[in-house]
Amino acid sequence: MGVSRRGFLGILGGAMAGATLAGGRANAQPPSSTSADSFGCLVDLSLCVGCRKCEAACNKQNSLPQPDRPFDDMSVLDTFRRPDADKFTVVNRHLVGGAPAYAKVQCLHCLDPACVSACIVGALTKEPSGAVRYDASKCIGCRYCMVACPFQIPAYEYSEALTPRVRKCEFCFERQMEGKAPACVSACPKEAMAYGKREDLLLMARERIRSSAARQVTASTEGAADAASTPAGDAAAGNGAAPLPLLPYIYGEREAGGTSWLYVASHPFESLGLLRLPPEAPPRLTEAIQHGIFKNFVPPLGLATLLGMAMYTLRGRKEKEQ
Amino acid sequence: MSHSASTPIKGVPFFTPGTLVLTAIAMAGMGLGIWRFVVGLEATTNLDDQFPWGLWIAVDVASGVALAAGGFTSAGLAHVLHRGRYHPVVRAALLTAMLGYTFVALGLLFDLGRYYNVWHPMIMWQGNSVLFEVGMCVMAYLTVLYLEFVPIVAERLRSPEPLPRLLQLVRKPAGAVVGLLDRIVGKIMWLLIILGIVLSSMHQSSLGSLMLIAPSKVHPLWFTPILPLLFLTSAVCVGFPMVIFESLLASRSFRLKAEMDVLSPLARLVPIVLALYLAMKGADMAIRESWRFLLPFDLPARMFLLEVLGGVALPLVLFLSDRVKRSQLGLFVASSLVVGGVVLNRVNVFLVAYTPPYAAESYFPSLAEFGVTAGLIALLVLVYRFAVMNLPVIPGHAVEEGGR
Repeated sequence: MGVSRRGFLGILGGAMAGATLAGGRANAQPPSSTSADSFGCLVDLSLCVGCRKCEAACNKQNSLPQPDRPFDDMSVLDTFRRPDADKFTVVNRHLVGGAPAYAKVQCLHCLDPACVSACIVGALTKEPSGAVRYDASKCIGCRYCMVACPFQIPAYEYSEALTPRVRKCEFCFERQMEGKAPACVSACPKEAMAYGKREDLLLMARERIRSSAARQVTASTEGAADAASTPAGDAAAGNGAAPLPLLPYIYGEREAGGTSWLYVASHPFESLGLLRLPPEAPPRLTEAIQHGIFKNFVPPLGLATLLGMAMYTLRGRKEKEQ
Repeated sequence: MSHSASTPIKGVPFFTPGTLVLTAIAMAGMGLGIWRFVVGLEATTNLDDQFPWGLWIAVDVASGVALAAGGFTSAGLAHVLHRGRYHPVVRAALLTAMLGYTFVALGLLFDLGRYYNVWHPMIMWQGNSVLFEVGMCVMAYLTVLYLEFVPIVAERLRSPEPLPRLLQLVRKPAGAVVGLLDRIVGKIMWLLIILGIVLSSMHQSSLGSLMLIAPSKVHPLWFTPILPLLFLTSAVCVGFPMVIFESLLASRSFRLKAEMDVLSPLARLVPIVLALYLAMKGADMAIRESWRFLLPFDLPARMFLLEVLGGVALPLVLFLSDRVKRSQLGLFVASSLVVGGVVLNRVNVFLVAYTPPYAAESYFPSLAEFGVTAGLIALLVLVYRFAVMNLPVIPGHAVEEGGR
């Protein structure tokens, strides 16, 4: 009994150790779904004025139900909202140091998406364009994608009895294929969002951060007089002071393994409702364990062989006992 | 693989006050279950975008799979390690596993939004998904369990005793089909047993990997990369206690003599695995320094302590005592603690530990969710009772010695 138990655990331990090693290797490589050509969006939250035009555009583009309160009703911003089955993007107003700051939220389209890795039937896919898309015809409705998403984005049509769907932003995939920017990006009157190759957007973000810091230096030497002429100046309604510089951090560059959507902001991201997340993509751990356990089917076959050997060699025992 | 002769339990009525209560619970539960299919999940459950998984996943599915572990552990003991003396409990454990997994599949259907697509994983493979592996293994293992059960049905059909009237009509063709299947199964039984243990090890552990995809959402008291190993070990832990728990309940219900000559020796094996499990959990806590999260003594901390102290440490101490192992009540209490501890662990991992970052309020199951779960459990017990009254599952000698 003892020998076999040790052997059994030995195999299992081996599988786990193998999985851990594989995990180490996997972490060193970029996730397979990342492509240098993939598209992304850069959201400059310092430019967002909370006008909700992006929400309206998203609603129209995706033929979502009309909300109870129209998109020009700003009292909606009094409560904190999350995307749900009827709205794929929402803008929230956060009070940072007494002043309003706005943050648009939608699916961030992870480079190595946990939802795609989790999906039991491959109903969720990461397209080369960067979009994470959903195919309702494959879906079994297990909602493991919702459990997996570190940004808590996928929503579910719980009220639908027969054909509920997972609902989330799909990066306006159809528009992407026509070479167009997502509807929300095109609708933004402040041009707070830019659509393009993710690599280019990262460069753009760095450049913006650099120039905003430089502007800040100029502004502080020349006084706050010219601040009102910059877009961010009239964004900070009634706040005549110089616009805050962008923080030297690109949200989404590394979070959860990196995301196609990137953010820059002049307030700490956590104060804008964006989560602090580690740089590891969640699937790296689970896939390493899974593929370690199934490495060429060696561990299961090994366990089967061991059991077979035990079964054969110990077969005399029964007669002895009885 | 000869078993000491088992026989259908005769001379007891199917319906007693207890089974009537169970029938009522089962019918109410199934009514609520049908209601869920008519009106959908929103009207019947407290699930939402924050908490996509609830009671049905934690108890009906995750705990159900764990509690059916008696099947592969006792098969391993009796047929791989050839501990012949445990043969009397193997059939009951097999029946429990077979029914347990059947009800896991049934319970899952209530939870799936598109339950009619439940077969999709068979043709839409997604090898990166932990859930895909769990699903495929469970489907395969369920098939293995049904095949392993064929000899029991064949034995019943061979016996001269008449069947219930409706079945008596199809006895000949059914007997021929089952007989043929039995001959095939008889030749490959050794393979089925090995396959069953391998498949069980795979999906019992993978159930633990499920939540590893959400590191930022699972409370650090439970989130550990060795969660799959802990799930497998705790499944092995609960295997024999579940067999003991059930055997004692069955002998009480059917007024048979308790099979203490098998259960007491079986109980000797339990503390070995329990101690191993406790050591793993302790080492994991020490290495990850997760004991820090006990200090606030908040709900997660209290649930964790209840799970580990009440469901692992306490039964470990009890199972080490000879007096407990010789006493029916002692064995029953100790086994129940392990069973409860494993269920609590699964509830903790899937519900209590799950803390979505934007959750406005916490999740608590709805009445309908409790109702469906209770109904499924009641139905399972009733089917089990029907099975042991009509099929040779429980060893015959116990009936002779224990008849009143």
